[in-house]
Amino acid sequence: MVARNPVWNTVKYLSLLVASFLVVFPPYIIIVNAFKTKDEFDTKSTMSLPDSFFHLSNFGHAFEQANMSRAFGNTLLIVGITLIFNILLGSAFCYAVGRFHFKGKGLLVGLFLMATVIPSITTQVVNYKTIQHLHLTNTLGGPILLYIGADILQIYIYLQFIRNIPYDLDECAMIEGASLFRIYWQVIFPLLAPATATIVILKTISIYNDMYTPFLYMPKPELVVVSTSLMRFFGVNSGDWQSVSAAIIMIMIPTSIIYLFLQKYIFAGVTSGAVK
Amino acid sequence: MLNNLSFKKQRLLIILGFTIVPLLLLLTFSYYPTLELIHLSFTNWDGLSPDKSWIGWDNYKEVFSNSELFGVFTHNFAYFAVGIVQNIAAIYFAIVLNGKLRGKLFFRLLLFLPYILNGVAVSYLFGYVFDTTQGSLNLLLHAIGLNGDTSWLGNETFVNYTLASIGFWKFMGFNMVIYLAALQSIPADLYEAASIDGATGWKQFLYITLPNIYKIIELNFFLTVTGALEVFDLPFVLTNGGPAGSSETYVMKILETAFQFNNYGLASAMSVVLLLFVVVVLSIQRLIFSRKGE
Repeated sequence: MVARNPVWNTVKYLSLLVASFLVVFPPYIIIVNAFKTKDEFDTKSTMSLPDSFFHLSNFGHAFEQANMSRAFGNTLLIVGITLIFNILLGSAFCYAVGRFHFKGKGLLVGLFLMATVIPSITTQVVNYKTIQHLHLTNTLGGPILLYIGADILQIYIYLQFIRNIPYDLDECAMIEGASLFRIYWQVIFPLLAPATATIVILKTISIYNDMYTPFLYMPKPELVVVSTSLMRFFGVNSGDWQSVSAAIIMIMIPTSIIYLFLQKYIFAGVTSGAVK
Repeated sequence: MLNNLSFKKQRLLIILGFTIVPLLLLLTFSYYPTLELIHLSFTNWDGLSPDKSWIGWDNYKEVFSNSELFGVFTHNFAYFAVGIVQNIAAIYFAIVLNGKLRGKLFFRLLLFLPYILNGVAVSYLFGYVFDTTQGSLNLLLHAIGLNGDTSWLGNETFVNYTLASIGFWKFMGFNMVIYLAALQSIPADLYEAASIDGATGWKQFLYITLPNIYKIIELNFFLTVTGALEVFDLPFVLTNGGPAGSSETYVMKILETAFQFNNYGLASAMSVVLLLFVVVVLSIQRLIFSRKGE
């Protein structure tokens, strides 16, 4: 769209190069230092390459000290249980809203939209008491209950999809004697698979990256998750660059892999919610 | 078993059964706390005792008169200022990536990457970039002959800008991807028609691109302002409000007032003020943008 002149072309590529450098530079520091020995770190510049990329003892040390096997286990458990409930509840909700007309439907979706205005972190002041009353502090159940609820992004993604499924399918199934529940479960839900994939990925990343919920609701050491394990590890080892760097890398790897292989779904989810 | 019911009854059952749980969760964890915050803001509740005595507007008077509480908003300003620059950069890169370009998928992948990384990990990552003695930023500055001993996270005057720049690093790609999607939805024939009429690059940007992405700019602007008002994670993890409280943000103050000082009444009043700010920002913005959009 912009006239193709050499100056613009140079500016374009130069700015991209600078931006790419700025994105890559901080992780680069972490990567090179995670592979250094203590001596190497003391004698060489923090920016230099390590002698060997096969020096893995920092990783082992960090993995053990930060209790990462437990952290990854707990995180996986929370993500898994949350997703099962969240997907079932969310898709069923959107089936009801997307397929039937009823009084108060607009208000219902409007309530979810309006809730995005409420600063969620300040509501924790009250939610903490609620979770306490339910005896769910210091259990995995607390964060799970808070994560399960449908958000407006998820509702938009599902509703968009449901509207594109022809209503004829529902009618055919009805004529064949299927109940509405069966239509949801055997016709609609399977057809929502791409939307479900997008939501699963976005939700996994957001739970994996959340820090304050586990920090507030699960202070017990055994209930450590990925974010809090790194915080605790850093608290004791902040001077030990090599081990902390290794810990940071190990925590960044899972979402990076998801991103690399499933980027299509992530971009679809991020943009479909926003452009709406 | 459902088969025996008429579709009318089934329909009712589905509508009720399928919406009730998500609705209850929403009411319990979003709307109830908001109403409860408003209620608590007029009391002096300490979070434990069964009685909450009504003290009228005292908490609100405290919020606005105590500069230690309200004054921290000046710290939040840094995030707003950097957020504006971040949006301009995001629009710029979205336009670049929307044009003819080699490797544009690669650049999109790379620039968006920080958004999906764990926030705690990103915070510590930058802790090492901004470290005074061995931090890579100072080494880099030193290498190109500049002053390389700035204490980026230890200086009270610009620690908030240092922190806000981490937000820039993490969220610019996210804003960019949203702008990019908006750009891609502009029909190409608009540009063709403009070219025939002799409109060049800058004019096309002003008269076609900008009006067509107004709504998205509005959305991103809202996210930027509320993000700046509600910023919390970065200073909480990296500086814990230091040095000497100079990087403490408003939300950090709220949580501290509630959970450390057990002054739930005051913390609630602060939360309500924050919510009102967000609503005011949203209303003003609607007013401005809806007028311009027409």
